[in-house]
Amino acid sequence: MTDHNSSTDLTPRGGGDGRLPARFTDPGHAPHKLRRADVDPDANKRAERQVVLLFGVSILGTIGFLVAYALVRPGETIGSMRLSNLLLGLGLFLGMFGIGAAAVHWAKTLMNDHEVSQERHTLISSPETRAAAVQDLKDGAADSSIGRRGVLKGAMVSALALAPLSIAVPLIGEVGEDWDISKFGRTIWAKGVRLAQDPSGRPIRAAEVTIGSAFHVIPDNLEEFEHPLDEKAKAIVLMVRMDPRDLKEAPGREGWSYEGIVAYSKVCTHVGCPVALYEQQTHHLLCPCHQSTFDLADGAKVVFGPANRPLPQLPISVDDEGYLVAQSDFLEPVGPSYWERLK
Amino acid sequence: MKALAARRHHRSAPVVLLLLALLVTGGLYAALVPSSAGAAEATARDIEYGSELFQANCATCHGMNAEGTQDAPSLIGVGAASVDFQVSTGRMPMEANGPQALAKPPQLTDEQVAALAAYVASLGYGPAIPTAEQVDPAEGDPANGMQLFRTNCAMCHNAVGAGGALSEGKFAPALWDSTPTVIYEAMVTGPQAMPVFNDANLTPEEKRDVISYILAQRDGSPGGIELGALGPVSEGMWAWIVGIGLLVACSVWIGAKSS
Amino acid sequence: MTTTIERGAAAGADYLDQRTGIGAAVKSFARKVFPDHWSFLLGEVALYSFVVLLISGVFLTLFFVPSMAEIHYEGPWAAMQGVEMSEAYASTLRLSFEVRGGLLMRQVHHWAALIFMASIVTHMMRVFFTGAFRKPRELNWLVGFVLMILGLAAGFSGYSLPDDVLSGNGLRITDGVVRAIPIIGSYLSYFIFGGEFPGQDLIPRLFTVHVLLVPALILALIVVHLLMVVIHKHTQYPGSGRTDQNVVGFPLFPVYVAKAGGFFFIVFGVIALMAATMQINPVWNYGPFDPSIVSAGAQPDWYMLFLEGSLRLMPGAGTEWVIGGYTLSLNVLIPAVVIPGILFSLLALYPFVEAFVTRDTGEHHVLDRPRNRPFRTAFGVAVLTAFFVLLVAGANDLIAAHFYMSLNDLTRIFRVLFFVAPVVAFILTKRICLSLQRKDRELVLHGHETGRIVRFAHGEYIEVHRPLDEHERWLRVAYEPEHPLEIAPPVDSRGVRRKGYRLDKVRQRMSQAFFEDRIEPVTPAELAAAHSHGAHDELEGGSHVASPRELEGSAPGGGRTIAEPADGSTPDARNR
Repeated sequence: MTDHNSSTDLTPRGGGDGRLPARFTDPGHAPHKLRRADVDPDANKRAERQVVLLFGVSILGTIGFLVAYALVRPGETIGSMRLSNLLLGLGLFLGMFGIGAAAVHWAKTLMNDHEVSQERHTLISSPETRAAAVQDLKDGAADSSIGRRGVLKGAMVSALALAPLSIAVPLIGEVGEDWDISKFGRTIWAKGVRLAQDPSGRPIRAAEVTIGSAFHVIPDNLEEFEHPLDEKAKAIVLMVRMDPRDLKEAPGREGWSYEGIVAYSKVCTHVGCPVALYEQQTHHLLCPCHQSTFDLADGAKVVFGPANRPLPQLPISVDDEGYLVAQSDFLEPVGPSYWERLK
Repeated sequence: MKALAARRHHRSAPVVLLLLALLVTGGLYAALVPSSAGAAEATARDIEYGSELFQANCATCHGMNAEGTQDAPSLIGVGAASVDFQVSTGRMPMEANGPQALAKPPQLTDEQVAALAAYVASLGYGPAIPTAEQVDPAEGDPANGMQLFRTNCAMCHNAVGAGGALSEGKFAPALWDSTPTVIYEAMVTGPQAMPVFNDANLTPEEKRDVISYILAQRDGSPGGIELGALGPVSEGMWAWIVGIGLLVACSVWIGAKSS
Repeated sequence: MTTTIERGAAAGADYLDQRTGIGAAVKSFARKVFPDHWSFLLGEVALYSFVVLLISGVFLTLFFVPSMAEIHYEGPWAAMQGVEMSEAYASTLRLSFEVRGGLLMRQVHHWAALIFMASIVTHMMRVFFTGAFRKPRELNWLVGFVLMILGLAAGFSGYSLPDDVLSGNGLRITDGVVRAIPIIGSYLSYFIFGGEFPGQDLIPRLFTVHVLLVPALILALIVVHLLMVVIHKHTQYPGSGRTDQNVVGFPLFPVYVAKAGGFFFIVFGVIALMAATMQINPVWNYGPFDPSIVSAGAQPDWYMLFLEGSLRLMPGAGTEWVIGGYTLSLNVLIPAVVIPGILFSLLALYPFVEAFVTRDTGEHHVLDRPRNRPFRTAFGVAVLTAFFVLLVAGANDLIAAHFYMSLNDLTRIFRVLFFVAPVVAFILTKRICLSLQRKDRELVLHGHETGRIVRFAHGEYIEVHRPLDEHERWLRVAYEPEHPLEIAPPVDSRGVRRKGYRLDKVRQRMSQAFFEDRIEPVTPAELAAAHSHGAHDELEGGSHVASPRELEGSAPGGGRTIAEPADGSTPDARNR
C-alpha cells in the first residue's frame, strides 16, 4: 500500500494468503506539490517584489506615525483628539502589519516548503536511568541520615513551618485595617439628620417632594466625616412620594413615612449595587445590575430577581422648619447579606 | 346634540357634569393666573381649535373632557409641557396598547400641537412649555450637568443617554434625537415610568445643565467608532467579531499552502 | 561583504558558545520540526497579545497614578471641569487626552486584553475538541487552565484601576459576593478593601496585583507551558504519513521564525487597527467613582459576563437561609461560586475523567477529528452552551431594550435555557458527529459523486462515482473507535469478592455513556464488498455484532453505483 500507483485500485490488496487485512494501512506521505514560485521564475520574482513592497508599507507606516506624532497634537477638541488617535493608530497598524505580512508571505512563497518528518521519542526515562536516579536519592538520604534522627527531622519541619508566620501574621493583621466588621451594620443616619440632595447637598423640604418625584438622598452631615465616600456607600437613600392611598404600610412601620413620602436604602440587598431605576407608575424600583425589583408601595418587597430581602426603610419625619429628617439610623444592616448580619 | 340628549340620564352624567363644572372653574382660573402654563399667550381661537383636535384625536381614551377613562389617565392639570412632549414626539395619539407608548413620526403639525397644548393647559394648572432660553444648551454647564445626569438619569438612560431597559418590556429611550425642549418637558412632567423632576429637585438652571451635558454627548468622544456607547458587552462582541475574526482569517492565510 | 558578516557572526557565536555551550541547544532547536495548521496559531494569538499587553502596559504605568486621593479635575475635558475625582481617574483622563499616543496605548491595552482572553478560550476549544490534552499533555492542559484563570484575574484587576463608575460597581458586586461566603466572608471583604468598601487602599493594591503579581505568574507559567510544548513536540492533525512516532512539518528556522515571528507583528497590527478605529472603555463617559451612581448597561468585560448572567438568572425567593442566627446567601453563592466552580472544574478535570474512563495509557500525538469522538465533542459543546447562555443572560437588559422585549420574560427564558440548551446541544452535536462519520464511511465506500449520469444499454441509469485516493481514504479510516469497557465479574473463579469492582462498575457505566454510540471505520473487507455489486449489503448486516446499539453505516438504499478511476487532479480539500 505504499506505492502511489495503488490510488487507482478499486480494492485494497490483501495479504499473501488472499485474505484482506482487518484495517487499512498508512499510505505514507502524500506527494509534494510544487508552488508556482518553484516552477516559474517570474512568479518567484513577483513574490519577492511583493515581500519588498510589504516591508515598504511598514516603513511608510512608521514614518507616518512619527509625522502624525510631530504634527497632529491631541489638542483641546474632540475632533483633534480623535484625529490624533486615528492617525497614530493607523501608522502603528501599517508599521506592524507590514512586517508581519511580509515575513509570512516570504515564508509561504519563497522558503523551502518540503515537509520534514522527525522521530518522536517516548518521554519515559529508561529503566536503568530510573533505577540510578532512585539509587542516587537513596544514597543522599542515607548520607544525611535523616531517617534515623527523628528529633532533628521534627525540629527542621517545625522551623520551616513556623518561619513564614513572621511574614503572614503582620500581613494579615494589618491588611484589614481594624477588622471591625460591626461597621457593616451602622450608617451615619441618626435622629434629626436632614435628608439632602445628592450630589448638591441641598436639604429637602417635604413640600418640595411632589407625587411621582424621585429624590436621590444623602445625609446632610456627610462631608463632616473623615472618609465621606465610605459613609456615602452605606448611607445613600432613594426617596419617593406616592399617593398615600397607594402606600401599604407594614404593622409597626406606620410612622416611618410622611404623607406618602418614603425613604429606602439605595444599596441593593443582593450584592450591593445602587438600586436606582424608579418606575413611578408601578412604584417599582429596579436594580440595573441584576434586575432585582422592589415594590416601594409595599415595604420594598422583592417582586422579581435575585434579591431575597426587602430594602431597609429609613424612618423619616419633618422638623420645625419643614425639612425632612431621619427619625433614627436604619434598624437593620443595609446592603448585601453577610454571615454575621443578624448577630 | 341628539347623542348628548340621549345620554343625559346616563349614570355617569352627574360625574361628567361635575367635571365640566370643575373644568370651567379651572379654565377660568387658568385664564386669570397670567404665569400659568403658557395659557396666557394662547388665544381663545387656539383653545377652540385645540378642543376640536382633542375631540378628534384624544377623547376616545382620555374622555370627552380629558377627565380620563379606564384606559388612559386624566389630562387635567398635566400642563402644556406634557402635551407637547407626548404629541410632538409621536407618542400620542398612541397606536396600540403596549408596555409603553413608543416614539414615532408625529401625527399632528406643530401648530396643531401648540393648539392642543393650549387647550389642555386651559383645563388646569400644569407645567408650561419651556422657553428657548430655558433649554439653551450653550447657557448650561456640562460639568454640573454630568454630575446631575449621572445621579438622576444615567441609571435608566445609560451614561451618555443611549437608553436602557426597564421591567416588563418598558424601557428608557435613547436621547440622541431628543430636542432640548422635549428633554426639559420629560424632566418636568415625568412621562410614563419616568419620575417627575420638579423645580425643587432639579432647578431650571440645573435642568439646563443636564440638557447641555446630553447635547454635548452627540459630538461623540475621542477614540474611534463608539460601538453604540453601550459599554463592555458591545466591546466584547466586536472584540470577537473584528479581533478574533481578523486574526483567524490571518491564521488561515498563514496555515494555507501557497499555490 | 557577506564574508565579513559571516566572519563576524562566527566570532560572536564562538564567544558565546565557549562561555555557554549554546551550540548544543541551537543544534537541537534550530531545525526542530513543527506541524503546520491554522488552528495551531490560536495559542500564538494569546501569547502575542500578552506581549502587546506587556509593551502597552509598561507605557501606561509611566503615566498612571494608582492613588485614591481626591483632587479636582483641570484639563481639556469640559464635562469634567472642577469635578472631584481620585488621582487614579484623573491620571487616566490625562493619559487619554493630553499624552500624545496615550489614548492609543490605552485602547491597544484594553483591546489586547479582550483578545487575550478570547484567544485563550478559542485555543482551549481547539485543544479540547482535538483531544490534544491526552497523555502526555494532561499537565500542560492544567497549566493552560491556570493561565486562563490568571488571565481573568489580570483582566479584572486592570479593568478596575481607572476608578470609574462602571468598574467601581463591578468592585461593589465583588464585595457583595465575597461577603456572601460563609464564616470568613466579612473578614475577606475587609482583607481585600482594607476596611469597608470602597476604602482608601483598593486601587494601589489592585495596581500591585495587576502590574506585578499576576503578570509575573502568567509569564512564569507561559514559560512552563512553552517548555512543555518543546518537550512533548507539537501534536499534529491526522493524515497520511503522520503517526504517534513522528512529527511532520517545517523546521523552526527559518520557516517558523518567519511565520510565527511575522504573526506577532500581524497580531500587534490588528490590535493597533482596532485601537485606532474603535473606542473602548471611554471612562470619561462613566465619570469618577461614586457609590451612589450606576448607569444602565452596568456590565463587566466579556470574560466576566457569564458571572453577571449567572447572578441575574438566580431567583432570589427562599434562597437566603438563616441557620442558628447566621445568614447564608445561597442566592449569591450558587450563581457566583457554585455554578462557575462546577463549570471550571469540569473543564480542568476533563482529561483525567476521560483517561479514567478509557483506561488509555498510551501517548497520543496525532489529534482526533472531533467527529470521531462524538461524546467528547458533544460534551464540550454542551459546556460551552451553558457558558454562552450565562453570557447572553448577562446582557439581557441590552437585548430587552434593543429588541423591545420584556426583561422579565427574557430572564425566565434564560433560566429554562440554562438547563435545557446544554442538553439539546449535547444531543444535537452527538447526532451531527455520528452523521459526519457516516458520511465519511459512505464517501470511503462509494467515492465522490461526479454528477455524471450514465445510461446502460438495458435502460438503467446510474451515477458515476470517483473513488477516493488512498490519502483521502486514510484520513477517514485512520481512527481507532473506542468500545465500552468490559470488566471482570464481581467474584473471581473461587467465588471471592473482587477488590475494586465498584470502581470498575462506575468506569464501565461511564464508558458506556462515552462510547455506546459509535461508527466503526471502513475496513478493507467492507470496501472490497462495496465494489463487488450487491454483495455488501449482506456483508454489512453480518459485521455488526459488537454491540446491539451500534449504528449502521451503510449507503442509503444500498443503491448500485459505478466507480470511475481517480485521476488525482482534484484532491479532496479535507485531506490536509
